[in-house]
Amino acid sequence: MSTSREKVLGRIRQSLRRGPLEEQTRARLEARLSAHATHSRIAFTADAVERFIDKAQSQAATVARVASAAQVPDAVADYLKSHNLPATVAAAPALRGIEWPRHLTVAFGATRGEHEAAVTPCLAAVAETGSLVLLSGEDSPTTLNLLPDNHIVIVNRSQVVRDFETVWQTLRERDAPLPRAVNLITGPSRTADIEQTIQLGAHGPRRVHIILVDDGEGSG
Amino acid sequence: MSENPNVALFVTCLVDLMRPGVGFASVQLLEQAGCRVTVPREQTCCGQPAFNNGDDDDARAIARRVIAAFEPFDHVVAPSGSCAGMLKKHYPELFAGEAGWEERAQAFAARCHELTSFLVDVMSFEPRAIEYKTTATYHDSCSGLRELGVKRQPRQLLDAVSGLQIVEMQDAEVCCGFGGTFCVKYPDISIKIVSDKVANIERTAAVTVLGGDLGCLLNIAGRLKRLKRNTKVMHVAEVLAGRGDSAPGIAEQE
Amino acid sequence: MQFTSVDFQRNVSKALNDPFLQQALQRGMHGFVGKRADAVSAVPEFEQLRDEARDIKNHTLTYLDYYLEKFEASVTRLGGHVHWASDAREARELVLEICRKAKAKTITKGKSMAGEEIDLNEALEAAGHEVVETDLGEYIIQLAKEPPSHIIAPAVHKTRDQVSDLFHEHHRALGFEQRLTEVPALVDEARQVLRRKFLSADVGITGANFLIAETGSNVIVTNEGNGDLTSTLPRVHVVTAGIEKVLPTLEDMTVLMRVLARSATGQEASTYTTVFSGPRRAGDRDGPEEYHVVLIDSGRTAILGGEFQDILRCIRCGACLNHCPVWGSVGGHAYGWCYSGPMGAVLTPLLKDLEAAKHLPNACTLNGRCEQNCPVRIPLPALLRKLRHRQYEARLTSAMTRYGLRLWTFLATRPALYRLAFAAVARSLRVLGGRRGALSRVPFAGGWTAGRDLPVPQGTTFQSQWRARNES
Repeated sequence: MSTSREKVLGRIRQSLRRGPLEEQTRARLEARLSAHATHSRIAFTADAVERFIDKAQSQAATVARVASAAQVPDAVADYLKSHNLPATVAAAPALRGIEWPRHLTVAFGATRGEHEAAVTPCLAAVAETGSLVLLSGEDSPTTLNLLPDNHIVIVNRSQVVRDFETVWQTLRERDAPLPRAVNLITGPSRTADIEQTIQLGAHGPRRVHIILVDDGEGSG
Repeated sequence: MSENPNVALFVTCLVDLMRPGVGFASVQLLEQAGCRVTVPREQTCCGQPAFNNGDDDDARAIARRVIAAFEPFDHVVAPSGSCAGMLKKHYPELFAGEAGWEERAQAFAARCHELTSFLVDVMSFEPRAIEYKTTATYHDSCSGLRELGVKRQPRQLLDAVSGLQIVEMQDAEVCCGFGGTFCVKYPDISIKIVSDKVANIERTAAVTVLGGDLGCLLNIAGRLKRLKRNTKVMHVAEVLAGRGDSAPGIAEQE
Repeated sequence: MQFTSVDFQRNVSKALNDPFLQQALQRGMHGFVGKRADAVSAVPEFEQLRDEARDIKNHTLTYLDYYLEKFEASVTRLGGHVHWASDAREARELVLEICRKAKAKTITKGKSMAGEEIDLNEALEAAGHEVVETDLGEYIIQLAKEPPSHIIAPAVHKTRDQVSDLFHEHHRALGFEQRLTEVPALVDEARQVLRRKFLSADVGITGANFLIAETGSNVIVTNEGNGDLTSTLPRVHVVTAGIEKVLPTLEDMTVLMRVLARSATGQEASTYTTVFSGPRRAGDRDGPEEYHVVLIDSGRTAILGGEFQDILRCIRCGACLNHCPVWGSVGGHAYGWCYSGPMGAVLTPLLKDLEAAKHLPNACTLNGRCEQNCPVRIPLPALLRKLRHRQYEARLTSAMTRYGLRLWTFLATRPALYRLAFAAVARSLRVLGGRRGALSRVPFAGGWTAGRDLPVPQGTTFQSQWRARNES
């Protein structure tokens, strides 16, 4: 136990004019932590999926809707073609189960930025703000979300939730510590650091493309 | 409380010294609104210069005298959001924890008002047969606006003045750079801020600038005069009392 | 960075006479104000969220020791390390030691005000590390060898033309020969230069917008994604954060996140809000192997529990700067330290030096627009006034002000004398001004008349006119 630690904690207690907390108070604070009480949420009446699409687009993400999971590979291929991108993607290993078309080269794993496009699943899509929630892990390396110029995210309709509180709830239900990174991503990377002019593609993806699967059940 | 409340006018030191017409206009408006108006002779300053410069002891010394002199009245009204804010918001802070004076300051604060909000919110007053043919823009003084919520009331009153058109300026709610002793302690910054204010005023092409605080108005008028502009600067009370045409503007030649 | 608050007056006149700065401020500041106003008016819950944000921060500060210990335990459980720094020197040494052990050559940095506060870059460079700021604004001012002038837009004082020159000068050696002038091209060039740095860095250092006690997480909010790259690519990730950054749960953080994005940039959500918890896990294909958090006191515990505690709620959104007429006139550098504007005018005297920073709390009109826009309802004008009181008590207030106030109080508590004095002043000013209506020069009023005329009183005082009228 370091002395600075004791020094800082001691100063805190001195400033607050008390000693270490009593058992009763600690129990009350423990209870507060485990209650995970929520506070005010942003109310909206629109359908969650419609709102998610609206908000994501307002933040410069693009959205393609497909009827079923079977159409995802074509939607990915269409996106690449429409942006004149090579038929090569880095993909999250979680997407191995998809039947990728033969003309598409799919590299499963992390990236160092050598790929122009990455395809990933997500944990959830938040209607409140149009944000995507992505978890790091063996099946879904974080570098895919950040380094390629194009980030294609597959969202199943059932993954669209109203707000962040629902996301935290979902994460807790996994009954494991949080993954190393929980990325909440709202549109492509941007900066306004030169003359307050918004410019997309600062350090992360220049484009975020969402493929929304209408009959999609469960997470990818 | 009777329909004709006893109202004490807190003249404010700047009105007393620089613009007595605002004091007379205030008395006239309060009387028209049905008040019995007294101007307590023992009044001086609200203590703001001391308070805002960290000299709390002197601020309290002044505040005790103000409270004593104005306590007997139903209401205390000041033609200034800044001074009214001092009486209403800051006196209770100054005496927090001081037995006897804390309650006294709170009870006193409850009866203090800025002029236009008192006329509208307490007396439901509406100016009658007042004419002032001009286009004017209104500067919202910071203390009145943010400490007392004065925004709608002066505009509502001015709405009843025939011939008067209000053109809102950009950043009407942004400080004019007066700030009490700030304007002489940091004149460079103050002048930069008032220059921005004046630029916003000029963009409206309004002929007159109105406001509810003489400090701001002196600052704005002083800058306009330095720039040799003819924009007329007046306190809202003067216009509401029907002196819009008869009285020369602040810093204007008589 | 150099601490120049003591030279505030000189800094101010430099700032007011810097045409580039004035041009940049003119252009930059209205956008922030308008965007925030739009974002806030779009959500009826905003005022309620501000109350909750304030209450959550207050609750956490009341039990700060508990939540910090909880945070430490949670980080440790995940395999990360928490270090405690009682002052800036300790904080620097802790980070230096981590970098030394990591044999770091290149260090990338995400924007961290705590890092600025402890002069981390200078220390790292002195120890031989290459330090690269990766937030575009921070990168620009790093090239210019300047401190940040705004807590969320560090290079807001720079014009595009100045950025062009800086990039041209520094990127030429890297193979970028052309001097670029358009924003997209400039951003793209910086992206290419910094991408190489991201990929080669050994250590990434970021700040934290929030720390979460329950989960042992640090939350980083950016629009560029530089915080994410800094936290993900190097082998070692170090977080520097003030102890007041801790919050109990993700639910609590959500409230702060909602008010932060709207208050800072007028966004509903920043592009990247990331919850980082510990080092890479078994099986992970990316992410740092080591995760360190340096918790910094450096004056904060002295603020805790006292009359200035409210400032510890600050979430560094910059709204008070954006709405401050003084900041808008002189920019951030004039304040002389990494924090500027209203929050800086409170923090600098408290964290650095009450006497050296004595101008800051005074250079404020007390107009209250900062408090009106503060997402955690910090009563900034009241805190500034309390600092003035503290200065007064410590006799740091100038003699002229003190004597002036004594004289004023002497008069104000003697009504008869006061009336005589006022009548005399009114008379003198009228004699001086005559019928001109205003004076362009007045003895002892040089501050006023430097750029304004002084209006001449309208007749004798109100009190004497009133008396004459009511006695006749």
